[in-house]
Amino acid sequence: MILLVLLHALIAVAAPVLARVLGRRVFAWIAIAPIATLVWLGTELGQVLDGGEVVSRTEWVAGLDLDLVFRLDAFGALMVLLVSGIGVLVFAYAGFYFYDRPDLGRFAMLLCAFSGAMLGLVLADNLILLFVFWELTSVTSYLLIGFDDLKESARKAALQALLITGTGGLAMLAGLVIVGQQAGAWTISEVVANPPTEGAVMGWAVVLLLAGAFTKSAQVPFHMWLPGAMAAPTPVSAYLHSATMVKAGVYLIARFSPAFADVGLWRPLTATFGVATMIWGGYRALRQHDLKLVLAFGTISQLGFLVALFGWGTSKLLFAATAMLLAHAVFKAALFMVVGIVDHQAHSRDLGRLSGLGRRLPVVAAVAALGSLSMAGVPPLLGFVSKEAGFVGFLEAPGAWSNVVLAGVTLGSVLTAAYTLRFMWGTFGTKAAVVDPIGASVTRPSNWFVLPAAILAVVSVIAGLATGLPDELIRPAASALYGPAGEYRLHLWPGIGTPLLLSAIAVGGGLVLFFGREGITRLQDRLAVGGGADVVFHTGYAGTLRTAARITRVIQPGSLMVYVSIILVVFALVPGVIIVEHLQVPEGTVFAESPLQVTMALVVMVGAVATVLTRQRFAAVLTLGVVGYAVAMLFVVQGAPDLALTQFLIETVVLVLFLLVLRELPKRFRARTDTALKTVHVAISGAVGAVVFAIMLTSLAARTERPVGVDAAALSYPEGQGRNAVNVILADIRAFDTLGELVVITVAAVGTVALVRARRPRGSDTEPPDIERAGMRLRGEP
Amino acid sequence: MTEGRPFGGDRSPIPDESVRLVFHTVLVLSVYLLFAGHNAPGGGFIGGLVAGAAVFLRYIAAGSAGAAVSRFRFEVLLGLGLLISSVSGVASLVGGREFLESWVLDERIGVLGQVKVTASLPFDIGVYLVVLGLTVAIVDSLGREADESERVALHPSGEEPSAP
Repeated sequence: MILLVLLHALIAVAAPVLARVLGRRVFAWIAIAPIATLVWLGTELGQVLDGGEVVSRTEWVAGLDLDLVFRLDAFGALMVLLVSGIGVLVFAYAGFYFYDRPDLGRFAMLLCAFSGAMLGLVLADNLILLFVFWELTSVTSYLLIGFDDLKESARKAALQALLITGTGGLAMLAGLVIVGQQAGAWTISEVVANPPTEGAVMGWAVVLLLAGAFTKSAQVPFHMWLPGAMAAPTPVSAYLHSATMVKAGVYLIARFSPAFADVGLWRPLTATFGVATMIWGGYRALRQHDLKLVLAFGTISQLGFLVALFGWGTSKLLFAATAMLLAHAVFKAALFMVVGIVDHQAHSRDLGRLSGLGRRLPVVAAVAALGSLSMAGVPPLLGFVSKEAGFVGFLEAPGAWSNVVLAGVTLGSVLTAAYTLRFMWGTFGTKAAVVDPIGASVTRPSNWFVLPAAILAVVSVIAGLATGLPDELIRPAASALYGPAGEYRLHLWPGIGTPLLLSAIAVGGGLVLFFGREGITRLQDRLAVGGGADVVFHTGYAGTLRTAARITRVIQPGSLMVYVSIILVVFALVPGVIIVEHLQVPEGTVFAESPLQVTMALVVMVGAVATVLTRQRFAAVLTLGVVGYAVAMLFVVQGAPDLALTQFLIETVVLVLFLLVLRELPKRFRARTDTALKTVHVAISGAVGAVVFAIMLTSLAARTERPVGVDAAALSYPEGQGRNAVNVILADIRAFDTLGELVVITVAAVGTVALVRARRPRGSDTEPPDIERAGMRLRGEP
Repeated sequence: MTEGRPFGGDRSPIPDESVRLVFHTVLVLSVYLLFAGHNAPGGGFIGGLVAGAAVFLRYIAAGSAGAAVSRFRFEVLLGLGLLISSVSGVASLVGGREFLESWVLDERIGVLGQVKVTASLPFDIGVYLVVLGLTVAIVDSLGREADESERVALHPSGEEPSAP
């Protein structure tokens, strides 16, 4: 399984290169990845549907229980079928959707990378691995939404999606960690088999998990990123934002619902958010004029339905939810593809301008009609069959609250039927009121372009008519979640009863709402409340940035004097307070070992004082040099020639460096007249000096172990074959450290050059040619 | 005009000539320090600094009118140094040793006589190059390019300042 995920990554990396050669045909090649996945699934399907599982485990970080555990069970098989099956169709569709454009390779790469991430997500059994793939889908989705990176709206929408799903993902990570710790196991299968349900901390864990699921699956009030995500090219909307990625949240709920449905707020939260989302999404869909947005809000509504179904957690509802998951993915992908075709042919998605398209594009209209009937829940399509199962599930669920949820779900279904009609009418209807309609000039798309959508539409019909087929897939899938799901079956004809009545209410109510649409529009206009959640998001976002800017202004005033003062005061206070308590003078301390030491110390002092007193920068640099050279002399006296040599050289280099910088600065220091400030500075300097002195003295006295230098010097020859212990230490004993320091030096050098060049205005035409010539010489010219 | 430009101004023959005399000697010294460093004071770091000092000398003598101070760009020196040090570490792996583990080569090589080389020599050569690269980078960015941009600023038409 890990190989399949890697295959996706590999093909994604190759995609840009392939696209340069193949153009649009690159999509046929990247489809190899999902096709390979489907072939593999085919070989494993038999045993998985019989209740078996396929597990692959690769050790990654053993100490952290972080193994790459992938596991395929029947529910995973259903998800893989959706991810890769719809993936193949979307890749084929994308090949016809795009005109040849230079960034096609990037698109193919991202689409394939997403496909791999999603595959990993539904196969991952390790909790942390699940999170990793979860975030990968967020990142690829961000890049795909912002694919038209020259459009500001696309970039904003992408960022919004990333922030919302990313924040939710972090909450989920916290939840996963709590769950893992409480369960003492880090795989989903083990956690679900032995779920930790006790304790307040689990109450928090489920809330955190749901936060991740709700943001990913666009539940109100976190839904606003999904309509924004429609900025992505339509194949992305069809794949990510209807059929697969937004199902990740639903998938998480599905996996954990059997274990956690009774824990804490799990069931109330999923039911409340699910039903609210279902109704609000449907209500908003009725307001939209952009066909893609009608479907986007429809998707939000359907995701709410799925969350409510899965979240309740009874076996019958899990079965219905699994069926609904399949049905929704199939019909929604088909409908998005239809919108893409219409957009491609008519160059418009505005239902206020399209008119008479049904007569021009009969095949497309037929495909859309099948998808729509399934979405609205009309027999004999898969959407109807699954929704019936959902109604039955809520009717049979114990407790009064399930009836409230059922009522909400029914209302949501009424809205679903209504916006489905709006979609069909808006896309294909002939509207007398439309001035300057688009439609007469629309050309027919090629049959290949329509084929992927048609396949999905036909699947909806067949699966609805012959319910035995999806049963074979859905029953084991639901059983994998909850254990044996009993005798549940999908029924094409459920018999006269409450569920059928509810379906009739849904479709009838939808018709009423549709034909009374002008009244509804007026009502919605009257109730409209600004931008709602979107405004809240943007206000919060802008507020965060402003607060951050304000904090930065406070802690980063831009004054070198303030920075240095703060650093030095902290240094004087924190170790200072401790050193006062522990001050020690080492035994056998002598004033000086030789007269030269005293002389050099005096030179250091004089140099230091002169540096402070002088007003000229140049003089200050020179006197500072005096301090450095005198210290080097002290090393000589101590018998450390290597150290002294290094100190001399560094001192010289620093001196030249200073002089180079000095010419950018005024010749003289600004004369300070503020006596109070001067006093503070003198106090800080004095304190720092005293603390350093005390630390030196105490640390000499505080030695408890043998100095490491003794061993290092002794090892110098036997280990490093060198008599210069300093050099052997640097280049052999601790060579790895030195290598790190070399990297630091390199980075610092490059950074310095970049900084210096950046702040220097350069006239492009007056650029001296020396630099180019210097560059040429590198390539071997004299 | 020379105010605040300690290295600006006109070229003078005395530093010019003396640096020409000293430059190569200093470079040879730096290489000696590099090789001697294993058993005597010196090493890659010190050698690199000495070589860097030679570059500084040349820059100071040539002043703002000088050409590039080094035949090599600092990027090459830095990259090459890092490469040599890393490769010398990886080379230890070939003999079944740990990364950067030391080895000794004590052979009689032709006219060179008995030659003893340890793992730290190639490593130290890398250190030498990186340190030299750093000093060249400093002279290049803070010195030479600053001179040029000043010259450009003073003579925006792109003319060279008239010869003294």
